[in-house]
Amino acid sequence: MNFKWQVNIMEKKYPRIPSGCAISGIMNKKGERFSGTDIMKSIALMHDRSNGLGGGFAAYGIYPEYSDHYALHVFYESLSNRVSAEEFINEHFNVDTSEMIHTRKVKGISNPPLIWRYFVQPKKNKLHSSELTEEEYVVRCIMRINSSYEGCYIFSSGKNMGAFKGVGYPEDIGEFYRLEEYKGYLWTAHGRFPTNTPGWWGGAHPFTLLDWSIVHNGEISSYHANARFLEMFGYKCTLQTDTEVITYIFDFLMRKNGLPVELAVSTIAAPLWKEIERMDEDRKELIKALRTVYSSLLINGPFSIILGTRNGIVALNDRIKLRNMVAATKGDFLYVASEESGIREICPNPENVWVPKAGEPVIGLMEGVKEI
Amino acid sequence: MMEKTIDARGVYYRLLNDRIQEAVKDGATKIILTGVNGQRYIGTRVDRPVEIEIEGVPGNDLGAYMNGSTIIVRDNGQDAIGNTMNSGKIVIHGHAGDVLGYAMRGGKLFIRGDVGYRVGIHMKEYGANIPILVIGGSAGSFLGEYMAGGILVILGLNRKPGEPVAGDYLGTGMHGGVIYLRGNVDEAGLGKEVAVFELDAADEERLEKLLCEYCRDMDIDYEEVREEKFVKLVPVSRRPYGNLYTHA
Repeated sequence: MNFKWQVNIMEKKYPRIPSGCAISGIMNKKGERFSGTDIMKSIALMHDRSNGLGGGFAAYGIYPEYSDHYALHVFYESLSNRVSAEEFINEHFNVDTSEMIHTRKVKGISNPPLIWRYFVQPKKNKLHSSELTEEEYVVRCIMRINSSYEGCYIFSSGKNMGAFKGVGYPEDIGEFYRLEEYKGYLWTAHGRFPTNTPGWWGGAHPFTLLDWSIVHNGEISSYHANARFLEMFGYKCTLQTDTEVITYIFDFLMRKNGLPVELAVSTIAAPLWKEIERMDEDRKELIKALRTVYSSLLINGPFSIILGTRNGIVALNDRIKLRNMVAATKGDFLYVASEESGIREICPNPENVWVPKAGEPVIGLMEGVKEI
Repeated sequence: MMEKTIDARGVYYRLLNDRIQEAVKDGATKIILTGVNGQRYIGTRVDRPVEIEIEGVPGNDLGAYMNGSTIIVRDNGQDAIGNTMNSGKIVIHGHAGDVLGYAMRGGKLFIRGDVGYRVGIHMKEYGANIPILVIGGSAGSFLGEYMAGGILVILGLNRKPGEPVAGDYLGTGMHGGVIYLRGNVDEAGLGKEVAVFELDAADEERLEKLLCEYCRDMDIDYEEVREEKFVKLVPVSRRPYGNLYTHA
């Protein structure tokens, strides 16, 4: 991996990498945990939607023994990069455990960076004097490292969850990270097909912030408008891909502004004005208000995404359905994937299979939870 | 008739299509594929008409560029079925995805359930080559967009009360062919290049023949299908893009 190249690009403002991809997600709404084997099989079946330049997974429920700690997953280019970043981490967090993430050698995965994991909690005095909420404090620390520390990139930062990603086909990446050894109640996966620039480890999906994760198939033509707006609120779009902004948009709308998921969805995949004209007066007023207040957060261009959180998943298509997506249920399981075969590979006989409409979210909530 | 069964479980699509080719070369007239899941381009390279029966969910571009064969799928289909298909017939007993019958130039594509977005776009016809696409369920937006020829029938069977048979932008940019639609049309969702008409005697004759075949294939009661009224959508302009790419 060439972090030097990466840093050069990162300094360019608002780079953008369109891509066509495969996505898949599985959750057990009762919170029963299962290994990463199924999600790897599902994404591997859609092999031809990716080109080997990026694959990754998000897994929820994998660190129950550290459920009160933020799990930081970090890529380092070199030992010296680790030393300088750890100085910052130790200054701002109490580190319970610091370890190298256990990987195995896999054909097709070459030149991995150093991959480190920390279970941390914010230092009380630092947090107090920052006058920030705990989550905001963590977010600012991550933004700081990712934008100002060379050769170092935090790619996962939630509690009791983790992202695992890199350059390669997703099935190889899963094997590399030994995902069959982890158990989670919710998994998402991504196979990447970047079309404009080489893939790099940080640019693989999922993109995460705290426990939000996004896997995305498509490309965002509104990227610059979205990124400029988010920048005003302290988000730094540094990761060379359009998908990063989707993660921040959900974080901004739902965590910071407290919007329910339905309204967040109506903001990013806003109904066309023609459809708004046909709505009843109350709905019309609401949707118009959203389009006015958050006009810069409308996502344009083709997309299908799966948002993962500790409370469940939201799968969504762009408003004119320029990417494919299928959903299915069986028992306590909910499945979503780019292709139906990606579901049928691991659930041959689902009870329900359906193709969600454009802009209509599939919302899977964990039992006992009211909101995503 | 020579029958050949191929187990497709876990077989990569290129290899599977090679095996189909081999079977065709060996003289098979009917090929049964078991354990299919997600393999693309099934039926594409087959140049001698055969019958292919599929158990499982075939991958994208099923029957793309197909020339004369028949494909029966007992389960659901995915996206881009019958892409630029030339002749032959595809029958899907479940639902199917987006962009079905794209630029179809002949043959028949029958779907039992709902279909996704951009179905039947760019269908075209010339002389006796008239593609026919029949959808049993409902369709998403952009059905028949830029349609230049062929026959598209949409039945909207099993839909909930009040649900439209097709989404918005129905027949947008359409300049040839005909869409027969069972039930009512929400004119607000229509493309501005089409208009709604009553069926005439020639339409009735054509539709009856077509629907009888469809109902027989799908095991549906024809009379029940005819209980609801049909209307037809045809373009109100002719070759509106004729001057765009060529000199008149």
